[in-house]
Amino acid sequence: MMGLAEHLIIIPILLPLISGAVMLLLDERRRALKGGIGIATTVVLLIVSIILLGMADASPADTPASFLRVYWLGNWPPPFGIVLVLDRLSALMLTLTSVLGIASLVYSLARWHRAGPRFHTLFQLQLMGLNGAFLTGDLFNLFVFFEVMLAASYGLLLHGAGTLRVRAGLAYIAINLTASLLFLIGASLAYGVTGTLNMADLARRIPALASGDAALLATAAAILGTAFLMKAGIWPLNFWLPTTYAAASAPAAAMFAIMSKLGVYVILRIWTLMFSTDAGLLAGFGGDWLLLAGMLTILFGTVGVLASQSIPRLAGCSVLVSSGTLIGALGTGSAAVIGPALFYLVSSTLAIAAFFLLVELVERMRDPGADVLAVTMEAYGDDDDFIEEEVGVAIPATIALLGGSFIACALLLAGLPPLSGFIAKFGMMAAMLKSDETIRASTWVLIALLTLSGLATLIAMTRTGITSFWARIDDSVPRVGIIEMAPVLALLLLCLCLSVGGGPAMHYMQATTQALWSPQSYVTGVLPAHEAGAPGEERSP
Amino acid sequence: MMELVFSLAVGVLTSSGVWLLLRPRTFQVIIGLSLLSYAVNLFIFGMGRLRIGAAPILKSPDAAVPALYADPLPQALVLTAIVISFAMTSLFLVVLLASRGLTGTDHVDGREDPQ
Repeated sequence: MMGLAEHLIIIPILLPLISGAVMLLLDERRRALKGGIGIATTVVLLIVSIILLGMADASPADTPASFLRVYWLGNWPPPFGIVLVLDRLSALMLTLTSVLGIASLVYSLARWHRAGPRFHTLFQLQLMGLNGAFLTGDLFNLFVFFEVMLAASYGLLLHGAGTLRVRAGLAYIAINLTASLLFLIGASLAYGVTGTLNMADLARRIPALASGDAALLATAAAILGTAFLMKAGIWPLNFWLPTTYAAASAPAAAMFAIMSKLGVYVILRIWTLMFSTDAGLLAGFGGDWLLLAGMLTILFGTVGVLASQSIPRLAGCSVLVSSGTLIGALGTGSAAVIGPALFYLVSSTLAIAAFFLLVELVERMRDPGADVLAVTMEAYGDDDDFIEEEVGVAIPATIALLGGSFIACALLLAGLPPLSGFIAKFGMMAAMLKSDETIRASTWVLIALLTLSGLATLIAMTRTGITSFWARIDDSVPRVGIIEMAPVLALLLLCLCLSVGGGPAMHYMQATTQALWSPQSYVTGVLPAHEAGAPGEERSP
Repeated sequence: MMELVFSLAVGVLTSSGVWLLLRPRTFQVIIGLSLLSYAVNLFIFGMGRLRIGAAPILKSPDAAVPALYADPLPQALVLTAIVISFAMTSLFLVVLLASRGLTGTDHVDGREDPQ
């Protein structure tokens, strides 16, 4: 009944599952074989997700919204069966996941995959969980994929062991278990009110809800939202995040960069679907809260970035700034802002992942006490007594590469030209200022915060760069393998491509946003035609 | 009456769970999480409406009157939720023991309070 191309949608879930399961059976000492299987899987995943991206983007230009690919699992028709839905947004996130997957896996082959057992299996299962969460069109299935991803991430966080990781892991697991319980409460409450778990069906039933039920559904959505905001690292639910991400090994932390974006993705998906303008009583529910939470998160992240005394922590805090920016942009509720915000999502995720990988390499040339000393020195205005007279000393190639990548990361995270971070931030601010109505005070605050966070990131990155690259006391050049440097450079190169190809990329993001802002087409796309027209038959309570 | 008992049970489990979750010892945290997951499982079950003597399985499809049957979906959801939270709790138990071994204390911060 279905062509082979139709089955392609489920490959991003099945392939890592199978490969992870096969690797579980292999002996732990056959690392080369496991590494080979892992790389092969991620390469195939990347190819598949690029094909899916092409499929999602292949819709005619005049009707960008009404194009979805729906996969009925077990051939059960929705809303009773679980569906996988491929649209532009999920295809984009899938591709981003595969790119990060390949980069961190290559990086881990240098050293990290030997640091503990079952690394490759956990890695593949994490990819499976992420891909599944991006593809599914069912609320409870989303929970299951969340748990798959989280279970793998607990393992990856603890990978490499050590007191620091175990201590961070304890808090991380407790927080995420609580978030999962909130997710369950929200999902089951939504089911209790509407009688469905299919997202499209939910969106269809919401406008017809009575006011009492609507209040219950709003509660369900708020509880669900709390769970996702916890995942995205939104203040005040984010105190665990910098510690956890800083404690994780570099390849795991790079994957965690997309994990917090999963929280943002789910909010974007569910919020635009459930509380669009035609949602009746609940239209635009919670938008102001998202805006406020986003702004507070940017502020918290900015302070965190400035106060960080170690580079991994700095990277963790820039995750917060990135999440806050995205949630804040979503909170403005304007479709024009979301296009550039998606561009920002891609650019900042790539940059943060590259930064996490880079941090470990840079850390190798610092001695442990140096960070605290550097910040203290700055605070007390201790000026340099030991200016070294080293004019014309050749810079070793490794340091040059590390320094160059560090500068690129700084430019990307701070949002300065010529890299893609600038295009994204500029696009968001331009869209906020261009709206026809008078600009709200909150929008001005958001713009100010965006600028401020960029400035703070720049200051913090400059300070860190100076203390790690210029003011080194010993002259040891860190030993960095090619396969460790290559993923960092590749990720940064992708950001460069993103800024060169900014036009087509931004066009894709805008088409994505248009589709998100017309949830009706999602509903009719997912549900069979004869079902979609009849929202009448309610479950008897 | 049944509804009252049920909601009281969920409420008591939740409040004990939250209180224990906020305690400083890891063992208290894990018991708190277990109690919370019991509460959530009951809650999911309750979302299918409370019925007495109604089976969740249709006997013959043509004679089906939905009012005679309990909603099977929340029961399936509860099953999944139980399995997942059980697995996660046992994983947490391992990390708890590792933390106890590495830091020598069962405080959630990995060190005792200063006083």
